[in-house]
Amino acid sequence: MRQDHLISAANLSRERIEAVLDRAAAIDADPAAYRQRHAGAVLALCFFEPSTRTKMSFDTAMKRLGGTTVDMGTVESSSVKKGETLADTVRVVEGYADAIVLRHPSEGAAKMASEFVDVPLVNAGDGAGQHPSQTLLDLYTIRERAGLDDLSVGIMGDLKYGRTVHSLAHALTNFDVRQHFISPESLRLPRNVRFDLHEAGAQVREHTDLDEVLPELDVLYVTRIQRERFPDENEYRAVAGQYRIDSETLDAARDDLSVMHPLPRVDEIAPEVDETQYATYFEQAHNGIPVRMALLDGLLTRATEGGR
Amino acid sequence: MSDHELRVSKIRNGTVIDHVAAGQALNVLAILGIDGSEGEGVSIGMNVPSDRLGRKDVVKVEDRELSQSEVEVLSLIAPEASINIIRDYDVVEKSRVDRPDGVVGLLSCPNRNCITNDGEPIASKFTVVDDGVRCAYCDSIIRDGIADHLDVQT
Repeated sequence: MRQDHLISAANLSRERIEAVLDRAAAIDADPAAYRQRHAGAVLALCFFEPSTRTKMSFDTAMKRLGGTTVDMGTVESSSVKKGETLADTVRVVEGYADAIVLRHPSEGAAKMASEFVDVPLVNAGDGAGQHPSQTLLDLYTIRERAGLDDLSVGIMGDLKYGRTVHSLAHALTNFDVRQHFISPESLRLPRNVRFDLHEAGAQVREHTDLDEVLPELDVLYVTRIQRERFPDENEYRAVAGQYRIDSETLDAARDDLSVMHPLPRVDEIAPEVDETQYATYFEQAHNGIPVRMALLDGLLTRATEGGR
Repeated sequence: MSDHELRVSKIRNGTVIDHVAAGQALNVLAILGIDGSEGEGVSIGMNVPSDRLGRKDVVKVEDRELSQSEVEVLSLIAPEASINIIRDYDVVEKSRVDRPDGVVGLLSCPNRNCITNDGEPIASKFTVVDDGVRCAYCDSIIRDGIADHLDVQT
């Protein structure tokens, strides 16, 4: 089995992360130099659940490298509707493309799919599991703003089901980062992620109240508290308001705090924050292009060198 | 063997699995895929007194010697178990179980949203961690009640 799939941030070493981020910085500095770098290469976009940003940014990244994309379309219009297994789908698609980007609603889908193909496969989100390419652009953004060592990073919102959170938490264990997790008790980090952080010797604290920790943070990574996760609407309303960021909340923050969000946001960051020096989320989203270009460049270059 | 174990008769050839945690005997048979349909004699002692465990189960399977891989998977639900291979009424080999690095196709992942529960052509795969097992696909950890997730009929 290939070793260069990107399945989980838990498998990302500091060395591999820095290689991607350095390459992304080079692309950012001179995008024209990469314009024909993978002319003729084809990337398959297999999205089994809706996506806007991730899908568009992989599509754009591939095209800016000179390649093209093939898109399986929606599940409703694909063979999946006829009952085809994921294993069969990716085995067919690997014959069409030089690399595959997969999003799927089931946890472990990317890991399983990678066992059936011999082209690089990128996990673009598997249920509540992992979203490692998002993490690479998150890290790129953090590095641009504050560096990646001697940091306090707060991660707030739905930590239980938030795959971007799980990936980011794993990746940050490679750096000298104090991680603060802020959530309602019912949405705290899942046991397997806490297990991994403990095993990695990460500096971790958990909170239910942002005020406890906000003044010491360099980065505040906000995620949406998902209404649909709560069996009781009142229970949702009770907690959701406590995790909303507005200008008043940020009075207690350091001036150089970066507020990040994987987007889409609903109401967890007030629009008034957009105009402050804290708002980093749109810059973060834009960073998806050079980072995914760098990721694809690495994977496709290795695939070519590997004789494909 | 102690008098307590003589509650079920000695066997001539086969395996005695001793020091099984009380209440796990049927799961031991399930994990080994033994249901008597092959014609083998099976004897079970449940909740018999034990110096080491307080109460224990004992399983005796006639005319069958356990393989190393079978012994390994037993360790997940019966970590204190000892395996006695019997030939012509004598114990010819006695060993303790060892925890394996992983098990394949034996347990169902408790995460209903795990890809292994989606009808894909793959077997479940778990790695063994300090005090439980972990799904190699979705990373879910099972610590308690591992036998409840056996992917076999009990």
